[in-house]
Order: sequence, then structure tokens, then C-alpha cells
Amino acid sequence: MESLSSLQIALGVLAQLLPVWVGLGITLSLSMYYRPRLGLYGHLFDSRVGTIGLILVLFWVLTALFADLIITHDPLAQISGMKNKRPGFPVRGMEGAFYLLGGDNLARDIFSRVIMGSRTVLSIAPAATIFAFMVGITLGLPAGYRSGRLDTILSFLSNLVLAFPVILLFFLLVTPEIRSTGVPIYLAAVLFLFPIILFVVLVQSRFYTQPTKRNIYVSLVLVIGFWAYSGLAFNMDPLGVFYMEPNLLNIFVSVVFVNAPTVFRIVRGLTLDIKTRDYVAAAETRGEGPWYIMLWEILPNARGPLIVDFCLRIGYITILLGTLGFFGLGVSPESPDWGMTINEGRKLLSIYPHLAIPPALALMSLVLGLNLLADGLREQSLKD
Amino acid sequence: MWIFIVKRTGVMALTALCLTFLVFFLTNLQPNLEKLAKTQGTMRMSDEAVDRWLEQRGYKQPLLVRYGEWLGVRPGFLLVKDNGKALGRCVKPGADHIPNYCGVLQGDMGWSTVFKDHVSSIVSKRLGLTGWLMLFVMLVMVPMALIIGVLAGMREGSRTDRSLSTFAIITTATPEYVSGVVFVVVFASSAVGLRWFKGSSASAMDDITIANFTLPVITMAFYGMGYIARMTRASMAEVMTAQYIRTARLKGVSFANIVLKHALRNALIAPFTVIMLQIPWLLTGVVIVETLFNYKGFGWLLVQAASNNDIDLLLACSMVAVFVVLVTQLISDIGYVFLNPRIRIS
Repeated sequence: MESLSSLQIALGVLAQLLPVWVGLGITLSLSMYYRPRLGLYGHLFDSRVGTIGLILVLFWVLTALFADLIITHDPLAQISGMKNKRPGFPVRGMEGAFYLLGGDNLARDIFSRVIMGSRTVLSIAPAATIFAFMVGITLGLPAGYRSGRLDTILSFLSNLVLAFPVILLFFLLVTPEIRSTGVPIYLAAVLFLFPIILFVVLVQSRFYTQPTKRNIYVSLVLVIGFWAYSGLAFNMDPLGVFYMEPNLLNIFVSVVFVNAPTVFRIVRGLTLDIKTRDYVAAAETRGEGPWYIMLWEILPNARGPLIVDFCLRIGYITILLGTLGFFGLGVSPESPDWGMTINEGRKLLSIYPHLAIPPALALMSLVLGLNLLADGLREQSLKD
Repeated sequence: MWIFIVKRTGVMALTALCLTFLVFFLTNLQPNLEKLAKTQGTMRMSDEAVDRWLEQRGYKQPLLVRYGEWLGVRPGFLLVKDNGKALGRCVKPGADHIPNYCGVLQGDMGWSTVFKDHVSSIVSKRLGLTGWLMLFVMLVMVPMALIIGVLAGMREGSRTDRSLSTFAIITTATPEYVSGVVFVVVFASSAVGLRWFKGSSASAMDDITIANFTLPVITMAFYGMGYIARMTRASMAEVMTAQYIRTARLKGVSFANIVLKHALRNALIAPFTVIMLQIPWLLTGVVIVETLFNYKGFGWLLVQAASNNDIDLLLACSMVAVFVVLVTQLISDIGYVFLNPRIRIS
């Protein structure tokens, strides 16, 4: 069988991505139709940069969703005779099957690996960002609002973590030896408590005047929270729903640990600024409790910069995960993680450039999309 | 001012103490020590042999005691065997005198178990190599970033501004391991590409040439540039809306003169801080680029120290890294005060 020409490869890739195009078309036309009612999200389409960013991000989200439909081969299957084959090479023994972007050093299909890799990235990076934000918000609000000794201690601790070179921390924290000592579990035990605290306080401060409602919501949060907590941090979920691989937990916890102090600083700074506003003074005069003011007056008004940083941070964490993969500290040695694929490909870069280029471009386009999206959001939120 | 510097130095010392203790704690966890024993002794050591090995070299003492030894506030561990052979912290091959104290305070950074050499001499040699890399990166990155930022910020919203800003966003979305790979394929690959430069910088350790040093330098400069450029742009755009710029314009000063003589000086205050704070961020880039281009500098050393759990070497590396972070922070704060007369430290 003939190998495919460049044009045929491009067409083949585009055809394989059909579910993504359909999804993209539906999402975008729906958003355009309901645009006036969508608030900040609708305004995003006013800026060209923001629209391009949104499309790039949506592209990868949909790719991750439909990855099973898109891939042409099993991303882990090694087919003999396909080692380092150039893009568009026909698969031996399979009629009409091609390695669209070639084969890697272990004779696996690069196209399918890159597509599957988006799942790894897009499941870890946003989740880690959310956790980092919850930790940062839970600590940053009281530090900014109360100031005083609490602020001094927390700021010193966050500066401590920030003064530590990220890469060194990863080398120290993400190792098999560290896993066997249980340090990641202790770290998870501390960090995963913050979301529960945040939600309990959130509900408590909102409904404390209606005790029945409050009791129901708080107990609901506590049950679900500690159920997830037992599974994620200690792997002791009685029902086995929540579970994290020890390796994944280690990486996840380290990433959250590195990013939470920066979020803390941003939230603290915003709180310091917002607490001087009149509506905060009004709430204080009404006799609202400090947590109500922090969570229901200050936090919603700090959302603009926080949403922008949220997008940027997902991009930054994607880069961090790639860095980890690049140094062989990725999620698992078999997984089609982009950073690890780049690391495997770079050793043969001058002979087989097609090994490392697709995951590199994939990672870059996702981060670029997130950065453009953040830029568009910033532009639009400044207009208000 | 002096009180401020003294205070800051105190906080810096406390931070350095906390961080080195953290590194000490993480590198001295039991599994790490066992790994160290096995790589230093033999891989097939029994558990008792590992225990004995650690015991005889003082690794079994409490953590704080050993941290004190490393700092140099406690006498170093010493064990003289029956055959007269001495083991311990302060025993260095080739030295006839064994000092009592041998910690950081005595200027002794310890002994590298991987390279079998004094840590201070290894670190200074590798730092020198990385210094060259950083020098060239700064020489390329800072002027480029400032030019892009000033050009984009002087006419906010213009076409130049939009295209330069997009370029800046693209560079911040391209980490070193992506741009490095792309640059190698385009400029150095033997299969396709231009073959202008070399894909390996190993030869640059002896002799820096354009062929072997361009790619690592532009790879690092590319990622760091965007952020500085964007900050410069924001600062420039803000200055351009100031009253005194409008006055100058109404007086009829030419646009080039306004930008170069009136706006630039004030617009460069903020980027100075950003550039100083960017230096520690370059460390991750150094590690990636030196691995990618096989340039054996400080980043490479850090990888070696971490993957072999070379405790003293790793501690020295983190000391250097933390020192760089804290000093650049201090310089940026002090420099900001000097550059911006409106700010006074009480």
C-alpha cells in the first residue's frame, strides 16, 4: 500500500476530528444565538482575541470528550513494523488503516496518543486549579479582611513556598521514595480539607438565620465532602467511587501546593482593596458576620480578576504538568501524557522530528487558547 | 532605608533557614537514605547492612542534630573504626586533618556523594557555565522584550499593538520544552530543516560559538520575553495617557521625541521590577534547556543531585536558588524606590 501524501494526511486528520467540528459548530451557534443573555461569556465574542481563545479551548475540551471516537488505534497498542514510521504510513496487515501522524519509538500511533493525551491534561489541570483556588480563597479572604497576625503568618508561609524554585520542589516531592513515606497523603489530608471548610462556611454564613435549611445543607456538604475526602486523600472510600492513583495523587497535591500561595496572594490583595468599599461598610452596619461579608460581599465582587487568573492558571498548570512529564515524573510511564511524549521524542529529534512535534504543538495551542481567552475576558471585564 | 534593609535581611535569613530545613527534611526521609546507602554501597545490600552503613556515617542521629551539623553549629559526626579508618561528615578523602565543625557557617558545603568532590567546587564550576547562558539570555531577552513592549504600548489599540501583543501572548504560551523541540527540528535537524545551528550545546562548555549556543539562548529568551513585554506595554500605555505627555504633544514636540525623552524613562520603572522577579523563574527554564541541549550547567547539576539524592549537593543547589530568589526580590524593592521618587519607605 502507498503511504499518504501530506494533503491526504491533513484531510484524514480533519475527517477524524469530525465529532469535534460538529460539537464546535453546535456550541458556537448556540452561544451566538443566546449571546445577549449570557453576560460576560456573551461579551467575549465582541473581542477577536477572546473568540479565538475560546475556540481553541473548546476544540481541546471537545477532543478530550470525544477522544474515544476520534482515535484511529489503541494509544497503547504496539503494532510490529511501525516503529518510528513517518506520518501517513499504512499499517501492516490492516487494509485501509494508516498511522496518520506516524509511529513512535514503541510503534504506537502518535495521532491517537496526542488525542488521548488531551484527556489526561484536561482532567488534571482544571481540577488542580479549582483546588488551588479553593485553598487560596479560604486562606486569602480572612488574611486580607482581618489583617493582623494571621495575615503576617500566612503571608510569610506563602512567600516561603513562592521563594522555593518550583522545579526543585517537584524533584523533591514527586518521587517513588516520597510516596512510600506517605508525605503526599499528609499533604492531601491538609489541602483537601479546605474545600470542605469553604463550602461549609459558605452555606453556614448564608443560611444561619434559617436553622432547618442550614442544618440540611451543612450536613449534606459534610457527608459528600468527607465521603470524597476519604476516597481522594486516603483511598478509603467505602463505596469505591472516589479514588486517585498514588502517583496521580502525588502530582496533583504537589501542583496544588505550588499554586495555592499565588492564588492566596491575589485573593488577599483583592480583599484588601474591596474591603474599603461602601457596600462592605453597609454590610458591617447591618451587622452581618465577617464570613458572610467575605464570602457573599467581597468574593463575588472580586470575580473578574479571579476568572482571568483562573484561565491563566489552567494554562500554567498545563505547562507544569508538561514539565513534570518532560523529566519523566509524569502520571504513569505508559500514559499518553504530552510532556512525556515530548520527552521520549526529543531523544530522536534530529532523525525523526515527527515524534515530538505533534504533542508539542498540541500543548502549545491549548495554553495559547487559555491565554487568549484570559486576555479577552480581561478586556471585556474592564469595560464594565 | 537602612532599617528596611536590615529587616529584609532578617526575613531573608529566616526564609533561607526554613527552606533549607525543608529540603533537609525531604532528602533525609528514610527511603531516600536507604536509596543513598544502596547507591553508595552495593545495590544488593541487606537491610542490616543498610542500617549499619547509615549508622556508621551518622545518618541515624535525630534530624535536628544532623541539620545542626550541616549548619555548622554542632560538631560533625565522627566514628573511628578499629582499623583506624575514620567515617563521618567531616572526613574528606585526601585531607589529613579532620576538623571538628564542618558546616555551612564554616564555609564547608559538604561532600558530593555522586561526583566524589567538594560541593562548593562543583557548584561554582557549574554556576559559571550557567552564568554564561543567563548572560546571553538576558542580553537577548531584555532588549527584545522592552522594544516590543514600548512599540506596542506607545500607540495603544493600533495594528502594531495588536500584532505585537499577540506575539507576546504566543511566547508566554510556549514553554521551553515546546519551543526547544520546534527550534531543533527547524534549525538543527538532519532530516528536515535548515541545519544552521547545532542541536547540542555540549561543545559550548569549552567554547561558545553562534552555532552551538544560539538555540538554547533563544529557546529560553522566547518563553520569558512575552511576560516582560506585556508588562512594559501596560506601563507604557499608562504613561502615554498621562497629563504631561499631552502637554508635550500640545506644545508640538515630535512623537519620536515624546516617546524617547518623556515617556520611556517613566515607563521603564515597572519592567525593571518584573525583570528582576523574572530571574528566579528562569531557573526552571535553565533546567529544561540544559537537559534538552545537553549543556552541563547548574540546571543539569540540579537534575543529577535530585535523581541521585545527593543530599549535600542538593542542599547547596537549593541554597543557591533560594539566595537568587531572595536577592532579586530585595534588589527589585530597593531599585523600585530609587527609580520611583514618589515612593518612600517609612
